[in-house]
Amino acid sequence: MEEKPASNSILTPIWNFFASVKLSVITLLLLAITSIIGTILPQNESPEAYYHSLGETLFNVFSTLDLFDMYHSRWYQFLLLLLCANLVICSLNRLSSTYKIVFIKKPVFNLAQFRKAGNRQDFTSTLPIESLVEKFLQIIESKFAKCIVEKNETGYAIFSEKGRWTRLGVYGVHLSIILMIAGGLAGSMYGFEGYMTIPEKSSEHVIHKRKSNETIALDFVIRCDKFDVSFYDTGAPKEYRSSLTILENGKEELKQDIIVNKPLRYQGINIFQSSYGTTAPETVSLTFTSRETGMEFTKSVSIGEEVDIPGGLGKFTLQQFAPSFRFRGHNIGETFIGELTSDGSDPKQIVIPVQFAKFDKMRGGDVIISAGNFEKRYYTGLQVTKDPGVYIVYTGFILIILGCFITFFMSHQKLCVEIQKEKDNCQVMIAGTANKNKMGIKFIVDRITEKLSKISR
Amino acid sequence: MNSSLILSIVTFVYALATVLYISSWIFNKSLLGKIGTASTLAGIIGNIAGFILRWVESYQQGIGHAPLSNLYESLVFFSLTTAIIYIVIERRTREITISVFASPLPFIAMAYASLSPNMNDRIQPLIPALKSNWLIAHVITCFLGYAGFAVACGLSIMYLSKQYMNSSEGMGARIPSYDMIDELTYQMIMFGFLFLSVGIITGSVWANSAWGSYWSWDPKETWSLITWFVYALLLHTRLMKGWQGKRIAYISIIGFAAVLFTYFGVNYLPGLHSYGQ
Repeated sequence: MEEKPASNSILTPIWNFFASVKLSVITLLLLAITSIIGTILPQNESPEAYYHSLGETLFNVFSTLDLFDMYHSRWYQFLLLLLCANLVICSLNRLSSTYKIVFIKKPVFNLAQFRKAGNRQDFTSTLPIESLVEKFLQIIESKFAKCIVEKNETGYAIFSEKGRWTRLGVYGVHLSIILMIAGGLAGSMYGFEGYMTIPEKSSEHVIHKRKSNETIALDFVIRCDKFDVSFYDTGAPKEYRSSLTILENGKEELKQDIIVNKPLRYQGINIFQSSYGTTAPETVSLTFTSRETGMEFTKSVSIGEEVDIPGGLGKFTLQQFAPSFRFRGHNIGETFIGELTSDGSDPKQIVIPVQFAKFDKMRGGDVIISAGNFEKRYYTGLQVTKDPGVYIVYTGFILIILGCFITFFMSHQKLCVEIQKEKDNCQVMIAGTANKNKMGIKFIVDRITEKLSKISR
Repeated sequence: MNSSLILSIVTFVYALATVLYISSWIFNKSLLGKIGTASTLAGIIGNIAGFILRWVESYQQGIGHAPLSNLYESLVFFSLTTAIIYIVIERRTREITISVFASPLPFIAMAYASLSPNMNDRIQPLIPALKSNWLIAHVITCFLGYAGFAVACGLSIMYLSKQYMNSSEGMGARIPSYDMIDELTYQMIMFGFLFLSVGIITGSVWANSAWGSYWSWDPKETWSLITWFVYALLLHTRLMKGWQGKRIAYISIIGFAAVLFTYFGVNYLPGLHSYGQ
């Protein structure tokens, strides 16, 4: 490998360290091995959960090593940085010699090298040498690439080459990795990832960041007009759809439905359908039954409303709605919770499960409260992100595909046809060289030989 | 006649091909190898027919989608790509022995798909996360990559087997030259690496349009990256340090182990790709 002539002798060993392929191989190996940890150990759970499942000693060791969020830990990022440094310096080191080959004005061809090539083919022709050169030039230029003709003591040599630029493919691959890491970094520095939940017919403009308690206020307000979930006959979910409206200063700017895979993008902010659930309905029809008389009283009640129960049975306040409620260890489903205050006694918490109308009877109070009809109301869970780095990453994506394709399947190919004048005939030699894919150049040599020998008869 | 039946038959056709290839190798009867090739072609035709029919059936059930949405369907597609790749190499190199080591792969994959008791081969509707045009691009590219690596692994096993055989006569002599196996392994790995990269990228772009994040360090994503690191390492040791033969064969086998873990092992870990089960 070529080494950078460094004037400063102290820097030379450092430069060489970063330019070595050994470092690339070791870094790739370390990345491959250490990455396994985070796939086995669940990431980003609560410290309590880790402490509970690992025990104190392991918890302390893992915690010191940052294994609970290892892909964002200092040491993992150091490995990625090391790979980047290695890529950059290794590429720079080699680029100087590649540059000389790729951007040379007058390429030099080494005739001796072609004579030694394994794919060499020979034939003889009785045609005059000048007409051979002229015919060969035509064929090679149309089937391969532009030619250079050199005359020497014994005859002519025709040189041709193509794909010089493909030597740059590998630098494209290396650059693409730098772009992806840079884009990722830009995203984590200038972007955010958060979520918000909006009940139907409500608006929200504050998002909660993931992994922290921070909140971010958006410059606009998102209103959820409707949320809809549909199911297949099998019971599997078919579609989650939120109808959203973007409002700025109270003015409706944009109305759009989002589903999974079809997000809404507005002012560089992306809004994704992420989850859903049921939330408190606007009103519910509650029935109050007197245990003594059996008299029923039904009223539509909203959350927070206070109801005077007829017959002097007290005051009831509807406090909240729980989509699923645990009562003595059992999940009793959708449940309303309220507070009953009768004369002369302390307020009592009343649990009203929607599915079990007689539930409150077990309490043994003077009044039995049950919930009837209510209009189901959903909330939609939205993932809200901003990532200015994503286009840098995507540029990297395109570059790595092109770069890999060029590096793997294209090569810098050179072709040489030497025509030597002998007594009565001409001796023709055809050979090729390539920096990669020796089979490919052999195929070309064979094909060109076939064409040239045909017209030389 | 439904797609499941056709694909069950294909399993046995691939099995037959494998038996024929191995017999041809052991008993040095080239005719058996030729019948093996014919069986493989029949298997491929059946495999394609089963794939297309399953696609049609999903439309008849009113939940039309490409049959690339669960483990069963991916195994069917994997078998198809692997079989096509090895038959192309066999034709190009005219070396029947290569098929001895590659033909068990589609057979094992199909047998697992058809016979495993836990395998769900019903056509299911797509859940919301999978309803995307990226599904087809992502799955096809990933599995072309996996198939390339699978054939490379078969070639590597062939390379290492030759080491334990007498290479001047008998079965050992019928294995192609070390240079040829080495070169083919390398070509398969380049093919696989390109498609794995495209597969990871399409998955990443898809994730960004579905969940708003192109990379989440989900176990399957991470394992595909680990696989990528292993093959990147292989390519660098080969191109820059001139490693060849045995060492490359070992790394290629380790790489395929990582592929298998990405494919199957990850299903036992929690994550976003749980529908691949």
